[in-house]
Amino acid sequence: MSLKAIALGLLATSALVGAAVAQDQIKIGVSIPAATHGFMGGLNWHAAEAEKRLEAANPNIDIIIVTADGPADQASDLEDLVSVHQIQALVVLPFESEPLTEPVRAVADTGAFITVVDRGLTDPSIQDVYVSGNNTEMGVNSAEYMKTRLGEGDNIVILRGIPTVLDTERFDAFMGAIEGSGINVLDNKFANWNRDDGFEVMQDFLARFPDIDGVWAQDDDITLGVVEAIKQAGRESEMFVVGGAGMKEIVKGVMDGDALVPVDVLYPPAQIATAMDVTVNHFISNGPVTGSYILGSPLITQENAEQFYFPDSPF
Amino acid sequence: MSVSTHEAAKPVKGLRIDFKTLGPLLALVLLVILGYSLNPAFLNEGNVTNILTRSAFIGIIAVGATFVITAGGIDLSVGSMAAFIAGVMIIVMNWAVGSMGASIWTVLIGVGCSLILGVGAGFINGFLTTKAKIEAFIVTLGTMGIYRSLVTYFADGGTLSLASGARDIYRPVYYDSFLRIPIPVWVFIFVAIIGWVLMNRTAFGRYCMAIGSNEHVARYSAIKVDRVRTATFVLQGLCVSLATIIYVPRLGSASSATGVLWELEAIAAVIIGGTMLKGGFGRIGGTVIGALILTAIGNILNLTEIISNYLNGAVQGVIIVAAVYLQRGSLRTRRKKAE
Repeated sequence: MSLKAIALGLLATSALVGAAVAQDQIKIGVSIPAATHGFMGGLNWHAAEAEKRLEAANPNIDIIIVTADGPADQASDLEDLVSVHQIQALVVLPFESEPLTEPVRAVADTGAFITVVDRGLTDPSIQDVYVSGNNTEMGVNSAEYMKTRLGEGDNIVILRGIPTVLDTERFDAFMGAIEGSGINVLDNKFANWNRDDGFEVMQDFLARFPDIDGVWAQDDDITLGVVEAIKQAGRESEMFVVGGAGMKEIVKGVMDGDALVPVDVLYPPAQIATAMDVTVNHFISNGPVTGSYILGSPLITQENAEQFYFPDSPF
Repeated sequence: MSVSTHEAAKPVKGLRIDFKTLGPLLALVLLVILGYSLNPAFLNEGNVTNILTRSAFIGIIAVGATFVITAGGIDLSVGSMAAFIAGVMIIVMNWAVGSMGASIWTVLIGVGCSLILGVGAGFINGFLTTKAKIEAFIVTLGTMGIYRSLVTYFADGGTLSLASGARDIYRPVYYDSFLRIPIPVWVFIFVAIIGWVLMNRTAFGRYCMAIGSNEHVARYSAIKVDRVRTATFVLQGLCVSLATIIYVPRLGSASSATGVLWELEAIAAVIIGGTMLKGGFGRIGGTVIGALILTAIGNILNLTEIISNYLNGAVQGVIIVAAVYLQRGSLRTRRKKAE
């Protein structure tokens, strides 16, 4: 919301000073979903941080961040970025792949450089750069960690996100990697990427299964709910929880050696900053930048947690 | 369904009215049998406690909603209002911890702040509905968006978390029990009893039903319609505030995802319980059962593997409609017999 205000402010000021702006000013539009939940809050924060850093380092770069509440809103934002700001490049995290493919194509047709983040368009030929986290690797790395701690006959439960392609990719990759290890997956339920549902689903798992050795929560918000439910049942010593994303509270816990949540698996909200860096480099670097950048989903352990810890980020 | 017909019908056809009252209860009993047959763990003490404690949030809010709906209004803002109050409570308590350390006073300040906000927010809804003459649906749709945005704004898009000092002091309010019954359940019981007395044994309850069944007649009968209507919204705000007071110690956090769709769950609980959506007739006991039914459905789905995860919403939908049918279906037979 505050970003939107900043964006609006920028829009107003840039309209005022538009005529005075020098000819070689490069305008880069950044269109992302509004901060309606933890992960997007972090993503918005990292976008604003990257804007400050890049504009300070490159006086001829002007970055305009706009946030949208839905696909239709985002399509209008893209039109404004072209007609009002006449951007030379666009960094876009599409709300949904299909409805935004044509609006992004329209921006590309004006000759702008296109960087797509996280959710791919249905026609990848539109984009010059693609930056994304890796859901498959996230699932695999979570399963690999489970296998180092558990073995034949041990039981785990899984809390999933919201039924989406992204969630299915993580889940299928995890199940594929866990297969043959002898670890039993007792059941999986959707916890909708939020703490309350994580708490309730875990309470029910605890009521239903007397023997649980590990929990794959695959998301840090869900993890926080799960942890409360386990503490309420007084079963902290029986199991451990593996989350995902890289929320600061969880990373801090990993850093401090929390036995209940010993590791986390990264799915970085900071990927928007990577995308903005690459896009700026297209204008200032002599090296080629086009192509796909699939970021790793490394295991965050006590040893390396420091580098993933952003105490000022809201997420 | 007006008050007068209902009350007039009572002495003559007592038995059938009993059946109608028992409709939601019957649905709950069937659901319990279903839950137990799918997984005997359903009736374990721990699981029953979980269901009762969880249903407290929606249940308490739904008791307030029963008054609003009975008086012919609707409040869509309760979920956002809960998130907003939870957010402000956390900010205020964190501030209190920072300036004077964590003590029981921190929590009391938070609770006081919650009550003031709840009553205030309810009053705003009521005032705009009665004095500004805007439909309750639109007023509360507006405030719903406002509160939701405000909590997102306060949290900077992330999550507001209660400082751990205050957390430790506040935590027992959700997790502790008195006479083996968790404190949230006691609050729920207390609110339900007060609600029942207000609805069935006071002039205020009768005014609500009168206004809901015919506002003009109520006005001509010298009932202060605007005042009573506003009071129902204030009562609703108070209930939201109480629900939030027991919600915050659970996870010690609030975000834009807090309380999403609680308004629909609360309205569903009210209607499952036998209150008329168009107003004129309210039933607190039914609302309590409605809240238990809704919570039990979610719990049963988590305790079984036989239903695909993707169909959870469908199962909930079928059970909600069936529960209301049990009650309306018996209503229809009663009417036919009366003719």
